[in-house]
Amino acid sequence: MENWSLVSVCVLLGLTTRWAVSFSSYSGAGKPPMFGDYEAQRHWQEVTYNLPVQEWYFNTTDNDLGYWGLDYPPLTAYHSLLCGHVAKLINPAWVELRTSRGFESAAHKLFMRTTVLFADILIYFPAVILYCIYLSDGSSKRKVATALCILLYPGLILIDYGHFQYNSVSLALTLWGIVGLGLGWNLLGALAFSLALNYKQMELYHSLPFFCFLLGKCIKQGLMGRGLLLLVKISLTVLVTFALCWWPFLSDPQLILQVLHRLFPVDRGLFEDKVANTWCSLNVLIKIKTLLSRDTQLLLSFALTLLSILPSSIKLLTKPTLWQFKLALVNSSLAFFLFSFQVHEKSILLPLLSVLSYSMLPLLLKDGLLLPYTVTSLAFLYLGVYLLSALDRSPEEELRLGSCALHLVFLQFTVSLVAMAGLSFTSVVLEPPARLPDLFPVLVSVFSFLHFLAMLLYFNLVQLTEPSSKKSQKKTN
Amino acid sequence: MAAPMIAEWSWFVALAFGVSFIKCLLINAYHSTDFEVHRNWLAVTHSLPVSQWYYESTSEWTLDYPPFFAWFEYGLSHVAKYFDKEMLVVQNLNYASPATVLFQRLSVIFTDLVFIYAVKECCKCCREDKGKDLLGKSSFILATLLLWNFGLLIVDHIHFQYNGFLFGVLLLSVARHFQKRHLEGALLFAVLLNLKHIYLYVSPAYGIFLLRCFCFTQNNADGSLQWRSFSPLRLVALGLIVLSTFAVSFGPFIVKGQLQQVISRLFPFKRGLCHAYWAPNIWALYNIADKALSILGVKLKLLDMSKFSKASMTGGLVQEFQHSVLPSVSPLITLICTLLSILPAVFSIWRRPNGARGFLRCMVICALGSFLFGWHVHEKAILMAILPLSLLAVESKEDARTFLILSTTGHFSLFPLLFTAQELPIKILLMLLFTIFSFSSLTKLFSKSGPLLNSVEVAYLLGLVPLELICEFVYPLTSWQHTLPFIPLLLTSVYCALGVLYSFIRLYLSVLTAPSTTGKAKSQ
Repeated sequence: MENWSLVSVCVLLGLTTRWAVSFSSYSGAGKPPMFGDYEAQRHWQEVTYNLPVQEWYFNTTDNDLGYWGLDYPPLTAYHSLLCGHVAKLINPAWVELRTSRGFESAAHKLFMRTTVLFADILIYFPAVILYCIYLSDGSSKRKVATALCILLYPGLILIDYGHFQYNSVSLALTLWGIVGLGLGWNLLGALAFSLALNYKQMELYHSLPFFCFLLGKCIKQGLMGRGLLLLVKISLTVLVTFALCWWPFLSDPQLILQVLHRLFPVDRGLFEDKVANTWCSLNVLIKIKTLLSRDTQLLLSFALTLLSILPSSIKLLTKPTLWQFKLALVNSSLAFFLFSFQVHEKSILLPLLSVLSYSMLPLLLKDGLLLPYTVTSLAFLYLGVYLLSALDRSPEEELRLGSCALHLVFLQFTVSLVAMAGLSFTSVVLEPPARLPDLFPVLVSVFSFLHFLAMLLYFNLVQLTEPSSKKSQKKTN
Repeated sequence: MAAPMIAEWSWFVALAFGVSFIKCLLINAYHSTDFEVHRNWLAVTHSLPVSQWYYESTSEWTLDYPPFFAWFEYGLSHVAKYFDKEMLVVQNLNYASPATVLFQRLSVIFTDLVFIYAVKECCKCCREDKGKDLLGKSSFILATLLLWNFGLLIVDHIHFQYNGFLFGVLLLSVARHFQKRHLEGALLFAVLLNLKHIYLYVSPAYGIFLLRCFCFTQNNADGSLQWRSFSPLRLVALGLIVLSTFAVSFGPFIVKGQLQQVISRLFPFKRGLCHAYWAPNIWALYNIADKALSILGVKLKLLDMSKFSKASMTGGLVQEFQHSVLPSVSPLITLICTLLSILPAVFSIWRRPNGARGFLRCMVICALGSFLFGWHVHEKAILMAILPLSLLAVESKEDARTFLILSTTGHFSLFPLLFTAQELPIKILLMLLFTIFSFSSLTKLFSKSGPLLNSVEVAYLLGLVPLELICEFVYPLTSWQHTLPFIPLLLTSVYCALGVLYSFIRLYLSVLTAPSTTGKAKSQ
């Protein structure tokens, strides 16, 4: 089969899976008074359409921040505004100020799902295709297989098309950034990533690698001359992008502060719910949430995050290659996920997306949509394992840790799979003991956390032990 | 030796799993009244004694499949009771709790295992391609064309039916004939007839083939019939198999004296010439011609408008269609037309059988002929031609060409089955998926001998895109949507009928002009 038809088939499979998952229920369906993320997105369309920009992030009579107040950067708000305009054309009742709260209907669900699909087709799919064609290794068959794996990644599909969010937009923009940097289009990469940052502040997880990579490139080209010029151009691009996105808020520093306050809710504590990071897992043994004061918690998490990220960033700074960049992305997002403040389990999407580019399979993701979750996860795992074993690859070379370590990795991986399957099964089927009602979610979190920690150590090791002399570098930029 | 075997078929398992996952994701999609039909049958077979099965009429969806299918539903009902007992109560009309939906959908997915097994057997009959990469192997292409068949996916797993299971039995029977295990093939077909009697459409092909190639054990040197090689033993064996199957199936009802009731349920001829949505067959073209002529006649003042019934002039797609200009069509006429249409092909395999492949080709022609000329044909019946044709398509360029035209138009004609907005992206995406795959893989397979379709055929198929845009997007926004709502259906039906008819003619030509297998005296 021709390559274009193979790629089309992958794209169509990805789209079909997404739309089929969208048949299922969404977050907070039929659950007044607060409903869920679906209602949050609808509410943002209502707020951005009806109110002037200056009021979007403020608590006013028309805008109750307690009811799903905006807590993403302005680009999300503009996107909601656009969707709000379309919604108004189709059915004004969907975005009426106040009266549309909790609005649910089959037509509205169709509309909301369509907006996600549209954003995906426009931004995410092209980014993935370009990435796989230009920036991944192997034969064209392997590239197509990688594309298929990424497009079928259940975590993203379930969150965006089941639970309901627009993660694909920010991930896509980041991916465009990676593609840009990988192909040597530094300004485009910087622009794309700035946009990503302005869409979801979670992309800060990836910001340090981008920064170090670009800075490293500039240094390599010589800080007295072309490198300096490049640095200036990149800085200008980033500044202009930010200025454009924050334009309506630039008139008043109070506005900027309020937006930042909404974006980084330091009042909400070290963590919420059960999330597979250090603090939540540590809390099982030592109740740090209550032991330490809020400021100490902030300082501790900030310090640890920075510390865990430092080695990887410095290495990238000294050796700005694409491979190092990819590794740094993984390490950075893992570090942020494990150690930073107020992390949500959805943030695991970022390191996992990075990890995907090495054809490693992702870990468990908790979600309320059991059926599509089971199906897509099984499909993904099965397909991934099948495709990986069927195609040629030389990970031994790439990972440079010897075949023995590789076998160890796969052994551990199989054990993890079995354990994960067991955990999923028991958490669905069995009732937890009365004294420990959160037993299963906590077990899953801790289990996943240990995996992530292991991954962090492993990938740091890989990145840092890369020799400075070029061995078999296929990528140059 | 097991390891290489497993490695060889791992791609098949991947395909099967992949499509099963998609089917699972479609569990929450729209389902049609056929869902209630089968729920009702679960209830009837579970709750009532056998003597009541074909008399029960609490629900309008009475049992109209042969007894083996009733027993099949009976078997399913014993699993159903663990999901939701309420679905087995006959009075619970239109009961569709989440557990019911889950059970019914899973039962279709699960019984598709029969289909998957049958596809594997058919793939084994493909010719070997050594040295080709996986995606270019004819067995791989065949497996994908069958397992991921668009029509089967949307009819079974969205609309809701058990065609996968039934076509599995059919394809398994075909595979057995390819493997020269004719008695098994005959048994499977007899069982199939007692599962769903629509397969009577292809029974002439079976009958003639088995008589010609199984009962007569040898051919003459030039390939013609050797009358003296008739084997009464084989005929008796065949007869025994068929008769005993029917006896097991209908026996209980004959004993109770209910045979006439069962037959009347199975063949309800009170329905009209066409279904509410015209299947893309000859009668759709006939209806359109009749309407056009009547309008023309009125305009040219040749005909008196007062003579027509009001319904025929402004009515849309109604079942009892009174033809105004052309003669009306009765069930007998359709039967005669059908028989006439398949006779030449049947006669051809009698005179010059081409082994199992000739039989398969005849079967497709019988299916298409019955589709084109039959009484009250459902558009879903096109699958009976498309699926077997897939086996021929991967082996011969001419058949591949016919397959592409027939499958694309046939699948497109299934679009009106899914009319909800939510399913619109799914049907378009899946259709694109199947079409792109079938075109690119078959083109690559036969790439050595030039392009597969000529420009007229390509133009016709491309015309489906604007047709879909008009019917699905543009027309609903016009004012005619309220006054003449049937126009999109009519357009789809007529446009596809042309493609189906064309494929029929092409297939016929390939049968009539096929070289006979000469030379060897074959003993079977």
